[in-house]
Amino acid sequence: MFTALLIEQLLNGLQLGVMLFLMAAGLTLIFGVMGLINLAHGSLYMIGAFACAVVASATGSFWLGLIASLAAAAGVGALIEVAVIRRLYDRDHLDQVLATFALILILSEGARWLFGSFPLYLDIPKLLQGAVPLPGGGQYQLYRLAIIAVGIVVAVGLYLLISRTRLGMRIRAGESDREMIAALGVDISTLYTVVFALGAALAGLAGALVGALQSVQVGMGEPVLILAFVVIVIGGIGSIKGALIGAVIVGVVDTMGRFLLPSLLALTMPAAQATTIGAALASMLIYVVMALILAFRPSGLFAAQS
Amino acid sequence: MSEPILEIRDLQKSFNALKATDGVSLDLKPGQIHALIGPNGAGKSTLIHQIAGSLKADSGTIRFLGQDIGGLDMAARARLGLARSFQISSLAQEFSALRNVMLAVQAKEGSSFRFFRQVTSDRSLIDPAMAMLERVGLAHRANAPAAELSHGERRQLEIAIALALQPKAFLFDEPMAGMGPEGSKQLTTFLDRLRHEAPMLLVEHDMDAVFALADRISVLVYGRIIASGTVDEIRRDPEVRRAYLGEAA
Amino acid sequence: MTRETAINLLLAALLLALPLIAAGMGEPFYVTLATRVVVLALAAVGLNLALGLGGLLSFGHAAFFGLGGYAAGILATHAFNAEPLFAGIPGTTSMPLIWLVAIAVAGLVALPIGAISLRTTGVYFIMITLAFAQMIYYFAISWPAYGGEDGLSIYVRNSFPGLNTAQPLPYFLICFVVLMAALLAFRLIEGSRFGSALQAARQNGVRLAAVGIPPFKVRLVAFVLSAMITGLAGALYADLNRFVGPSMLSWHMSGELMVLIILGGKGRLFGPVAGAMIFVCLEYVLGGITERWQFFLGLILLGIVLFARGGFLGLLSGKPRHV
Repeated sequence: MFTALLIEQLLNGLQLGVMLFLMAAGLTLIFGVMGLINLAHGSLYMIGAFACAVVASATGSFWLGLIASLAAAAGVGALIEVAVIRRLYDRDHLDQVLATFALILILSEGARWLFGSFPLYLDIPKLLQGAVPLPGGGQYQLYRLAIIAVGIVVAVGLYLLISRTRLGMRIRAGESDREMIAALGVDISTLYTVVFALGAALAGLAGALVGALQSVQVGMGEPVLILAFVVIVIGGIGSIKGALIGAVIVGVVDTMGRFLLPSLLALTMPAAQATTIGAALASMLIYVVMALILAFRPSGLFAAQS
Repeated sequence: MSEPILEIRDLQKSFNALKATDGVSLDLKPGQIHALIGPNGAGKSTLIHQIAGSLKADSGTIRFLGQDIGGLDMAARARLGLARSFQISSLAQEFSALRNVMLAVQAKEGSSFRFFRQVTSDRSLIDPAMAMLERVGLAHRANAPAAELSHGERRQLEIAIALALQPKAFLFDEPMAGMGPEGSKQLTTFLDRLRHEAPMLLVEHDMDAVFALADRISVLVYGRIIASGTVDEIRRDPEVRRAYLGEAA
Repeated sequence: MTRETAINLLLAALLLALPLIAAGMGEPFYVTLATRVVVLALAAVGLNLALGLGGLLSFGHAAFFGLGGYAAGILATHAFNAEPLFAGIPGTTSMPLIWLVAIAVAGLVALPIGAISLRTTGVYFIMITLAFAQMIYYFAISWPAYGGEDGLSIYVRNSFPGLNTAQPLPYFLICFVVLMAALLAFRLIEGSRFGSALQAARQNGVRLAAVGIPPFKVRLVAFVLSAMITGLAGALYADLNRFVGPSMLSWHMSGELMVLIILGGKGRLFGPVAGAMIFVCLEYVLGGITERWQFFLGLILLGIVLFARGGFLGLLSGKPRHV
């Protein structure tokens, strides 16, 4: 039984990691190419979730909702890039932090205005309901497995996009030498808008996928945003590979910590106490891991060359 | 012969496949100006960085006043008495020229962890700093922000800062760069007198200045010292002529 | 007297006079509102030391604010319940004692956080300070002994020798004096040798190291001092609201402290004061007009960041001068 539980928790950690990867990939891409720190990335996650919930409940189709989430997040992303973000590329990080903090206030309050303060709910699509048996005698939600699969597909897709396509070539050039690609006649402001919208769409996708597991509400993006920050700090800012590995580390460590720490502590203290202390320590665990990694590698595991 | 102040042995530094410093050894002795010359990309600045502590060498030793300083950071090396100027001026841009020098005086004179006495009325910082600006001929610009100084003035300020540290050795990375003929001549005279205060490792492209100042010259090509000697020895050295002038040896 | 000094004096006089008038007219609400301005300004004065003078973009100062608050809440709760803290040490309701503990706790926690975070620069520093603050936030939420998610109430405001702190006006005056003391300390530090080194570290860390002053140490000391001031503000804030909860530790709080500084003018002595006055007024005025005031606050903030970069004091008194 313990084996089954362990496998289930590992898969949960992997699923969290995959979801964090979708967030972190966009953040790290935007930082790597445009040098921008975007706090409003969590709002794009929220927008994806809302779009999916609203469209799914209006049409009855989760899949239409999913498409809507991509479109809405990419659309809003492109809009704020053109209206606001574009003016921030040449600013220092403090201005970027404050302006995107202001965007969070606007987008969160705007969402509350449009959709109210009550959470929306999103059903798991029929096709993915049910569970699959695990070795060792447990069951695992099919939907969560599907999320993991989506994450793998996106990771491979991003890898191909960046290493094999013209857009990817420009993104890589944009990371290393902005003036050069401008001199070569690439329309850099369109490139930036596209990269930003791409990152936004990934965040929206993550929001929509997770929306079916939790409730959809204002503020749902913020805890995820901060975890995604931890991910890219661990992985090395600007590195997609780092984002992937960082995301899996954070997802698995966080989930396993919450699962194992209380039981481990129960070996040395009364169960009730072990549960509270274990939970408190588990909530801090990934930050401790981050601190340890930084102590040895101050610019993350896979720092992009600068 | 007196003991060298600065003693470098078999220093190595690679960036990926590129050997930027390839087994460099050199000595800097009291009263000497030791010039380091070589074509662009020879690794002169990289060497200065390693001596000053802003880059870590892969292997080899750097002894300063008899002490191995390879493990010390830049600030610790500066406190021991190693003063540097930068190839591209590196100043506290918002501070006035005077305040830039005062910072060096405060570093030299004692602790920077004092929280109450105001520096703007502290004669023990202002007076020595002003004296250094006068020495380099920049006193009239004492209150100008560093960002507003001309290129030449910024170079003068760099030297005033180095002087204020009362160092045991100077590391000057192209102090003449962009100075113009008149400025270079003045600075050459100035550096000439400076050798009696502390010896100097001088990276410089201005060959007139180098030949006028140097007691010894080392020639660095592709990270290696290909020749080291007096001015005359270097002038005659066939390897140097080949590296510099492309002459057939 | 420079123009900025004149504006500063005017702001201080205004901040002192308005609550006195309000109290005279029997409007204690406005006295409390002014106290909120003062305490938030104090927290931001702390952050301004790191951010304004040292250029350290800490996005985690809510941690120190909240720790100061919890120090006040925990000590008061133990005193109220007459339970010793640990090893027989009793709680206390004496403000000066609580302040000392709040300052010490904030400083002690800031030391390791700073030591790790300051190994990095730029965006890493922003994200890591944020992450450490979140760590403490989640710890506070999941640790049930002191209220967990619900926070802690301080049933009776803590005491100060010779003053009735339960009254709004005396409490305002206490906070006002503390703020003025902190501003004086900030001014002294700014002009001191340490302040010179700290500002040089912001402008050019390599230059500082090249004259033999280690930038890391300078920044770390500044970070710790900065956290101590913000921690003290947290203790005052807890007493103001008679409550401390995880929201004081949240990243919104860290963001707000940064916003205060930018609204007022980064690195300027009275920047946090002007910023807190504007912020609390906006919150109060907008909040009176619409429930959606955060939406408009966001728009205003965005406008200021994009178009009015020196903040309020920058608009009024021009570029800062360095002698």
